[in-house]
Amino acid sequence: MDPREFVTQSRVVIVAGKGGVGKTTVSAALARMAASAGLSVLIVELEGKSGLASAFGSLEMLGYTERTLAPGIKARSITADEALLEYLDEHALSKVARKLATSGLIDVVSTAAPGIKDILILGKVKQLEQARAADVIILDAPAAGHALSFLMSARALVDVVRSGVVRTQAQGVLEMLTDARRCQVLLVTIPEETPVNEVVETADALQDKVGVALAGLVVNGLYPVLDGLDADPEKVADAQSVGLFEGEADVLRAAATFRQRRQELQEEQMARLAKALDLPQIVLPAIFAVDLGLSDVDTLAQALVDGVAALPSPPPQAPSASAAGSKPAPAFRTSW
Amino acid sequence: MTAATAGGGQPNGGLSDLVSSRSVVVCCGPGGVGKTTVAGVLALEASRRGRRAVVMTVDPAKRLADALGLQNLPNWPHRVDGPWPGELWALMLDTKATFDSLVTKYSRRQTQAQAILANRFYKNMAEGLSGIQEYMAIEKLFELNDEKRFDLIVIDTPPTRNALDFLDAPRRLTGFIDNKFYKFLMAPSRPGLKALNVATAAILRGVSKVVGSEVVADAVTFFQAFEGMEEGFRDRSHRMRGLLADSGTAFVLVASPRRDAVREVGFFADKLRQSGILVKGLVVNRTHPRFGTGLAESDRERALTLAGTPLGPLYENLADFSQMAAAEGSHIDSLVAKVRAQALAKVPELSTDVHDLDGMSEIARYLFAPDEAAPAPTATATSPAATAI
Repeated sequence: MDPREFVTQSRVVIVAGKGGVGKTTVSAALARMAASAGLSVLIVELEGKSGLASAFGSLEMLGYTERTLAPGIKARSITADEALLEYLDEHALSKVARKLATSGLIDVVSTAAPGIKDILILGKVKQLEQARAADVIILDAPAAGHALSFLMSARALVDVVRSGVVRTQAQGVLEMLTDARRCQVLLVTIPEETPVNEVVETADALQDKVGVALAGLVVNGLYPVLDGLDADPEKVADAQSVGLFEGEADVLRAAATFRQRRQELQEEQMARLAKALDLPQIVLPAIFAVDLGLSDVDTLAQALVDGVAALPSPPPQAPSASAAGSKPAPAFRTSW
Repeated sequence: MTAATAGGGQPNGGLSDLVSSRSVVVCCGPGGVGKTTVAGVLALEASRRGRRAVVMTVDPAKRLADALGLQNLPNWPHRVDGPWPGELWALMLDTKATFDSLVTKYSRRQTQAQAILANRFYKNMAEGLSGIQEYMAIEKLFELNDEKRFDLIVIDTPPTRNALDFLDAPRRLTGFIDNKFYKFLMAPSRPGLKALNVATAAILRGVSKVVGSEVVADAVTFFQAFEGMEEGFRDRSHRMRGLLADSGTAFVLVASPRRDAVREVGFFADKLRQSGILVKGLVVNRTHPRFGTGLAESDRERALTLAGTPLGPLYENLADFSQMAAAEGSHIDSLVAKVRAQALAKVPELSTDVHDLDGMSEIARYLFAPDEAAPAPTATATSPAATAI
């Protein structure tokens, strides 16, 4: 599959996974890949986290107003309170909006109808999608458990709330979530036991309980394979006539053993994943840096391009104009 | 394997004092950093030192139950048997059940409790009101403390980005119950307040347009049923805040050595300080191992020079780890500077997941390092952790 085809399978791509598996980084890499394929991208983030902007080298937090982070890539945050006020304003209910905001009633209201905040956020995403705010909208979802209740909120609300504008909004969101051409979820995990268990559960629940289509699974943080870690440092140093400091051989050996051990564990988890989840899988390498910058994001974007290229093209579903004339796996452009 | 040490030269493993002498330890921090595991290890260590310890988790992922070899954890203390002189108990917070029992406790009549428990608004509130889990965690802590069955209570908290979400939970719930909306609703039953009655009706109409009238009706019924119980809740909240600020209570921050965690945890520590609470312990969890003492740059340079030879990959691998350790080290330094905790423990990433008591003992080794065996307050504190491996 080519990158353009992959990211335009749906207009909204929700990136979801357990906390700490690299959702934000994957969102950023996905955005770079899409922008590099000539698409306009809007990244939406929800929790006022700083990670996304800093992955693009910006220290300023994202706000409710769109901002350009890189060529072809805009980003913004959406909070429920802002979305609600905007919605009420647009629907000539600004008097209610003021009352809600000033009296603390919004807490009471969101308790009365749980998930109302999620619906307001998703409703705003839906509005952006309908307005074609960008070719691709990437939603950096809340951490796993929350992601599920976040996405289930529409169905739950339609059950609880029988009338009112929130119900209309929830129905609209549900339509978007269950239409694979409009919205899909890209799952992210790392090859470790607990995250693997969780992603399997999340995948099942998303399909069964939410009815949202899954675009694929990104396995993040796989140690790149280094051949030759078996070598005995002393022997190969001797053979090459390279001098080692005292204890250096032990240090090299310990580091090599540690990595091999981790790699074995990762392989076990990869095997479990392959067995448990029948999803297109893309593997991203571990980056040996604590805080990722744009060059790391681009490394991952290239890995995404390679991973996507290895996926088979999906069976043609609805006629999609943008996917026509696709070229085979173009290289990811890192220079602009 | 070489001992894995990360970060600068700060003292390590000084949490002994906490488990030996405190009565309450609250573990806070961002999500996914291992709070639950650290809480479990603290309680386990206390029981190894002969104390009666209980650990409460809010993590529904059942990791603590797994690690303790239990199938499930109930909402009340369950004894964990093991080869330790003290006692180890564990429970998992059930937010709704805890709230239910509070309602039953403070209701004046049985019918009042029944009306509230059956109300749909109440159910939504018990399951989804933001801050309710934090509130019930403190409530449970308060109950356990009142029972005086335990020498040490360790709780892990919901992953909150803001310390205030936790500390303020009691105040927020009473604020919610004391909401103006509630006052509006109660107004019709009071004499001489006809004007408010009209205003209430107008607001309710507006809100109904948004969320539907059934939802508003549920809320009105709830607040009417709740009448008279606010006082009990308010009083309890006040005492709960007192317990958190008590000198027998210690806060431990758990963090990972990453930029976002540093920022979050630093902010957290600031807020605690502003509330007059000092952070007793800082646990930096899941640091990458450091092999040798070389500089990352020189390891990398050597890897490049030797690229293509059999030594190349060995140095490349070493350089990868040195680079991680160096970056993490600088984050640990800023964590230490920001949090100003009395004790610091760094726990390296283990080569396997922690899923049993052995795994927990492995962690204990880093939390209570023998060289930091602390001003041993009791005779039992002769570092059992060192022998536990």
